[in-house]
Amino acid sequence: MAPEAATLAVRLQQAGPIPLDVALDCRPGELLAIIGPSGSGKTTVLRCIAGLYRPHSGRVAVGGEVWLDTEKGVDLPPQARSVGLVFQDYALFPHLSSIDNVRLAMLRHEEPTRSRLAKSLLERVHLEGLEARRPDQLSGGQRQRVAIARALARDPQVLLLDEPFSAVDRMTREPLKEEIAALHRALDIPMLLVTHDLEEALALADRICVLHAGRTLQIGTPDEVRLRPQSALVAQLMGQMNVFPAVVESAHAVRWGPHTLTAANSDAFHTGTSVSVLIPPDAIALVDGEANTGNVLEAILTETKPLADMTQLTVGVGEAQLRFKIGAREAASRKLHVGDALRVHLDPAGIHLMSEN
Amino acid sequence: MDWTAFSLSLQLATWTVALLLPMAILIARLLAWGRFRFKSVAESLLLLPLVLPPTVLGFYLLVAFSPQSAFGGAIKSLFGGQLVFSFVGILVASLIINLPFAVQPIQRAFEAIPPNVREAAFVSGLSRWETMRRIELPLAWPGIVSAIALTFAHTLGEFGVILMIGGSIPGETRVLSISIYDSVQAFRLGDAGVMSALLLGFSLGAIAIVHMLARRQRTGTHGT
Repeated sequence: MAPEAATLAVRLQQAGPIPLDVALDCRPGELLAIIGPSGSGKTTVLRCIAGLYRPHSGRVAVGGEVWLDTEKGVDLPPQARSVGLVFQDYALFPHLSSIDNVRLAMLRHEEPTRSRLAKSLLERVHLEGLEARRPDQLSGGQRQRVAIARALARDPQVLLLDEPFSAVDRMTREPLKEEIAALHRALDIPMLLVTHDLEEALALADRICVLHAGRTLQIGTPDEVRLRPQSALVAQLMGQMNVFPAVVESAHAVRWGPHTLTAANSDAFHTGTSVSVLIPPDAIALVDGEANTGNVLEAILTETKPLADMTQLTVGVGEAQLRFKIGAREAASRKLHVGDALRVHLDPAGIHLMSEN
Repeated sequence: MDWTAFSLSLQLATWTVALLLPMAILIARLLAWGRFRFKSVAESLLLLPLVLPPTVLGFYLLVAFSPQSAFGGAIKSLFGGQLVFSFVGILVASLIINLPFAVQPIQRAFEAIPPNVREAAFVSGLSRWETMRRIELPLAWPGIVSAIALTFAHTLGEFGVILMIGGSIPGETRVLSISIYDSVQAFRLGDAGVMSALLLGFSLGAIAIVHMLARRQRTGTHGT
């Protein structure tokens, strides 16, 4: 593998035409997922790292090796950057067989070493027997594997994956996900995965970088960005639905509509500050009988939605609608009907306050 | 049957293809991917020989090539010879009038290569030259063969411009198409018929090649 595993450090800035304000690091062996809506500049970040796009100002370095430093006039061409890039639509060489696609990325090796290494890379991505096929004779998932093998052919110091699942069907997605997880375990280099699919990011990434309009909003572990977002925007981008305006009442309490809730991190804000409160589905539970703890609210069931082994409930608390999930078995045993009066408990440790954008 | 004219036509067509092809590949590549000012002007100028009457083009070339003009004079003082009424003269004219036939199919073929395939080559460590040799040219190959076939056939059939600047000097500028014209003028219709059939055969062959390659390109099968 790479001679020496090193951390990838990226700083990018430009006002236009594609706005960028990015600062991220990725350690060896770490998989960092960059998520954000389409048009948020995710792919551009990868292109800047690979040397296919030059930002107005920025610095890209892997360990002590500087690939881009606009201040010092350093801008290595893609050929001089030890990077593997898996393109969104694979970008395989259409006139070459899968083994030749891989071999072409290892010109620095002499034959027969080149062919032997290419063959072992194809075996590594489970394409043995398909060496002679051209891209138009392969399925989407197989093409993706050739693209991964080709990206690894340079022994890259950094591996970049651009929306690796977007062009494959659901059936192919799971094995590919396994493949990338296996690569992640095996490779001791920084891996960047661009995706707009939250589930993929949560399942695969060590850390998640939330990108919006070219700006890194937050970087953290999946749980940090999901449960402790820094702003309502991050919460929204992480797919959180239960975000509401609230006012800090004291160091341990927040006023949400007519209710006063105990919240763990209210001491981060001055009393009287208007904030956004996130009540993650993980922090909501149905309670039976007379509960004597705080944070128990009366609610009306407005919708039930079966989701395989879980059931999503929507309950009205005053004006607001709270969404959360319970096990399908529990939902069945409770015999829930829309319009039922319920009591929900909101875990104070789960309730999270954020500045109002 | 004027075998000298036939041989001269073949020589002219071969030289035209040999000299024009590298130039056409570079121009086509520049037009397909280059970003520069006056690109559309350059593209329009390139198409001019397609729409301009050959006699008009021949007239301007005749003026430019004449030893009295700056260009013709410079050629004369540099090389001692002149371009009008010479094989080199009709070759230069042939290069100019065939530019669109050579450039256009290659440009279309380059444009059909997805940009990220070239980028994938760069990221795979291939230099620009290696990318051109191993990716771009093989992918543009059907367009290049089309350009060769079209240029070759078109040069064999070129008449107006060659007559204007070359006249009809046997062994120097009397190519097959001119010889056909001379034969008809002299009522040697048999000769004209044989030579015309020969040209017709070549043209049909060229069209067949272009069509076959166009179909292969559409169905996505590439050469090995």
